[in-house]
Amino acid sequence: MDKGQWKIISVALIAMVLAGCRHDEPVLPSETEQVGEADQTEIAGFYLLNEGNMGSNKATLDYYDYSSGNYTRNIYATANPNVVKELGDVGNDMQLYGERLYAVINCSNKIEVMDARTAKRIGQIDIPNCRYICFSGQYAYVTSYAGPVSLDPSKAQIGYVARIDTATLEITAQCLVGYQPDELAVVGDKLYVANSGGYMVPNYDHTVSVIDLNTFTEIGKIDVAPNLHRIRADRYGRLWVSSRGDYYDIPPKLFCIDPKDGSVVSELDVAASDMDIVGDSIYTCATAWDYIHMTDAVSYKIVDIKRMEVVSDNFITDGNDSQITKPYGVKINPRTREIFVTDAKNYVTPGDLYCFSPEGVLKWKVRTGDIPSSITFIYKQQ
Amino acid sequence: MRHRGNTLFYTLLFVCAYAGHAYAHDVVTPEVADTSDIRQREMEEVTVTARHREAPVLPVQKLGGERLEGLSTQSVADAARYFSGVQIKDFGGVGGLKTVDVRSLGSNHLGVFYDGIEIGNAQNGTVDMGKFSLDNIEEISLYNGQKSEIFQSAQDFGSAGTLYMKTRRPRFEKGKNYNVQLCMKAGTFGLANPSILYEQKLSDNVHLSASAEFTYAHGRYHFRNRKVTADGTTAWDTVAVRQNGDIRAWRAEAGFFGYLPGGKWHVKGYFYDSERGIPGAIVNNVWKNSQRQWDRNAFVQGNFTYTAVRGYDMQMNAKYSNDRMRYLNPDTTLMYIDNTFLQQEIYLSFSNRVALSGDNAMISSLRTAPVCWDLSVSADWKWNYLKGDMANFVYPERNTVLAAAATQVYWKYLKMQASVLGTFVFDKIHQPTLTMPTASKQKPQVTPAVFLSYQPYLKEELYLRAFYKHIFRMPTFNDLYYTDIGNIALQPEYTTQYDGGIQYDKQFAQGAVSSLSLRADGYFNQVKNKILAVPKGNSQYRWQMMNLGYVEIRGCDVNASLTFRTPHKVYITIAGTYTYQKAQDFSDPKEPLTYGGQIAYVPWHSCTATAHLNWRGLHVNYAFVYVGERYDNSANIPANYEQPWYTHDMSVSYEMPVGKTRMQFAVEINNMLNQQYEVIRNYPMPGINGKGIVKVIL
Repeated sequence: MDKGQWKIISVALIAMVLAGCRHDEPVLPSETEQVGEADQTEIAGFYLLNEGNMGSNKATLDYYDYSSGNYTRNIYATANPNVVKELGDVGNDMQLYGERLYAVINCSNKIEVMDARTAKRIGQIDIPNCRYICFSGQYAYVTSYAGPVSLDPSKAQIGYVARIDTATLEITAQCLVGYQPDELAVVGDKLYVANSGGYMVPNYDHTVSVIDLNTFTEIGKIDVAPNLHRIRADRYGRLWVSSRGDYYDIPPKLFCIDPKDGSVVSELDVAASDMDIVGDSIYTCATAWDYIHMTDAVSYKIVDIKRMEVVSDNFITDGNDSQITKPYGVKINPRTREIFVTDAKNYVTPGDLYCFSPEGVLKWKVRTGDIPSSITFIYKQQ
Repeated sequence: MRHRGNTLFYTLLFVCAYAGHAYAHDVVTPEVADTSDIRQREMEEVTVTARHREAPVLPVQKLGGERLEGLSTQSVADAARYFSGVQIKDFGGVGGLKTVDVRSLGSNHLGVFYDGIEIGNAQNGTVDMGKFSLDNIEEISLYNGQKSEIFQSAQDFGSAGTLYMKTRRPRFEKGKNYNVQLCMKAGTFGLANPSILYEQKLSDNVHLSASAEFTYAHGRYHFRNRKVTADGTTAWDTVAVRQNGDIRAWRAEAGFFGYLPGGKWHVKGYFYDSERGIPGAIVNNVWKNSQRQWDRNAFVQGNFTYTAVRGYDMQMNAKYSNDRMRYLNPDTTLMYIDNTFLQQEIYLSFSNRVALSGDNAMISSLRTAPVCWDLSVSADWKWNYLKGDMANFVYPERNTVLAAAATQVYWKYLKMQASVLGTFVFDKIHQPTLTMPTASKQKPQVTPAVFLSYQPYLKEELYLRAFYKHIFRMPTFNDLYYTDIGNIALQPEYTTQYDGGIQYDKQFAQGAVSSLSLRADGYFNQVKNKILAVPKGNSQYRWQMMNLGYVEIRGCDVNASLTFRTPHKVYITIAGTYTYQKAQDFSDPKEPLTYGGQIAYVPWHSCTATAHLNWRGLHVNYAFVYVGERYDNSANIPANYEQPWYTHDMSVSYEMPVGKTRMQFAVEINNMLNQQYEVIRNYPMPGINGKGIVKVIL
């Protein structure tokens, strides 16, 4: 072999060795792709929070921009490159309040507070095993599973609601509620908390805790059904509560409660893994496990809240529901009535976001992060 | 070389008109009881293995003796990294879980044998290889397919790959009837690891070996996480201490080794008791976890191998094991869990081999036949029972009957083995629940394996080989019966392996190179009906086990070693392994992102290189391990990318006589370049670490 050949071989060898070496680990850049058509309404876009499977630290934030039709994955790390270990582990809930975005990061035991326009970090509120968030006045209210543990052998752990001053991001008070409280909603000067008891299988909790916001104490409980999950107020001042059931004998259901007297005014055979109320309609999507067939029963329903009955058994009308493996979240654009459905697939690979027209016809579909869940719309600045 | 004591057995054999005793040991080679010189004996073993009929039909890799000692490894898992085709899942630290996966079939497909009998885990199928210290292990060997002999228990045929750990057998120098070894290891992570080994020659035919070991480590180590922005400036850089990786473990073992004409027996008891922290994932805002695990493993086992008449050998194995595991999550930010599980196993095995023709044939007229033909039949019975105190636990019980028939033919340069295994599983549950009223019903399974080896030239140690094996793993108790997650409809997970390989060994009488060895195998594997946890139900983290996966693996393993001699009595051995694997997930054609993607944590390229220098009592070892880029998920996208990692380890040891005893001093430094890496995402591994070892041999 002559010199030239040796040169080529040695360069190739060095290149191979270098390619196999470790390099500095980059902050994962965001990725943008055009998915929809530009659309000018007063809604600027929406954020989508991906949970990320437990232990993976893969909670990520995506953004859809209506003015361009661009979908951008993983914007948090780019907006906040200096945050150690990024957004965190298991993004359970996200809400926009004022000009701030609040992401409840369950297994990172914190609420991440970001600027609503830039997603830049403003601060964090440390709450162990935090689950869901809602707002009223100057306060944010967050449910947590991590209350005191009983000393008896059951080791039952009561949950609580933390009250956070949004001006200081300080926790100013705590109020004990039921077991493993999930969603919460405000009607008037009362806060209603759906208790699941998810850690107490098979002795699920089946109550909604009622908290007086003036005194921030629990003033009562409404008995509904086992394993409560979602709770939303409609425009008539009523509450819609979902029960997951016990996965065996007791099927998942949707209840309507009149908060004035705590009575259950309606009980529907509707499973609601997620739901969204817009106008007089509740959109639900669900995967309900069926032990007899060992499969998930998937449903996409619309409930009319005035008539208190199911008016559509499948709001996806073009057959594309068969593409969705694991419907996980549903959200309706309050202006255009476009329907968004997230698909969590197998929980460990990236999911998909589907956008359907109000008539239920697929407009576009895009890859998200792992376990896409909460969507929050943001309006254009006045 | 073999002992002929006046034992009762010997007399009985004569009474049984057992003629022609002189050849009895050709088949079963009993450990020579009264050998005077260990070196001579080892030479003899080398000669035996070099004979064609003993050459392995199957890819086998072994680590033992000085090479194993020199690799500065704490556990069997650490040593198994030096085998090709092997991936270790290491969660970090002395006490962290370490599992071994061979050729990407999944760690549940590897059978792990301790002194010839399988270590089972009916509960979850996972054997934590980090639990087995190398302190009293003499040799570990890894077989793809199955061990290349037919005279073995049915269980030995029952896995896609097998790892054998062989504990040290007593050997006594002439005029000495005991051995005592005291050893103390201490090092980083607060490691303190004293051990004692005692061997006694009770009689010429019965030897005792007893050993005990204590391991303590606080398990803390610094790790560094760092990321850079697109322009190369530091985005964040943090150093933290790995917490909750402590371990405290006791191991005690005692065994008797017996020899009799034409046979040998071995009985041993094993006890292991440990408490450890589970260090857990490091995620944003969580730098410490507090889960704990207690393990108490105990077993007694025995083996009896005997050549009844020329051409007929039999072997019996028995085992009882009793394993208790407690898991505690005291962390109030998570669900409180305090569960204890107790599993028991009874195992009985009976194997027989008959030589039909060839020099060892039962019928004397067939001893001159050019074809050596052996036949074996074995039957095993295994009973497993699992108790647990978690809610709605069903208390599963399993009876397994295994029956194997195998044959082996040597004809000139050709060696063939074929085996067929029948598996019959009967499950029962003791506390049926509403959701799990009955036990799983498994169909009988019959699975074959075929192995071929061909030596084209009699004078050259060159072998061509090929094998095919179809085998499965049964769903574990957790797969089937775990409260809420288990699925009694699960079917076994099947693997099919096709392998073709070449092996070449050469000894040189003169020159700087004294020997060289080269092995290469290419393979294609399929894993069908792969058992996966898939999410179910209503947006809580609820999973269900399903037979959904399908994986195809294409790969090659290469092993090479060279031994040099120099005029100054310096011996140098260098060895290397290289593995290429393309392990693709073909589970779901509907998912373009994962379909055809490389499965989680399997690197395309991995390799090791070791060098060993020996000069009088001085040993210097260097070892390099490289694991190439991987993805933590079959969605091969940047978010799931894992960097390559590689470590350089070094050890120096020196042995010298001090009066009547011998002393051995060793220093080991691992990860010399202090690489900060993760084998599993969010489980940081230790940087540079080391230990010192002092051994006294009485």
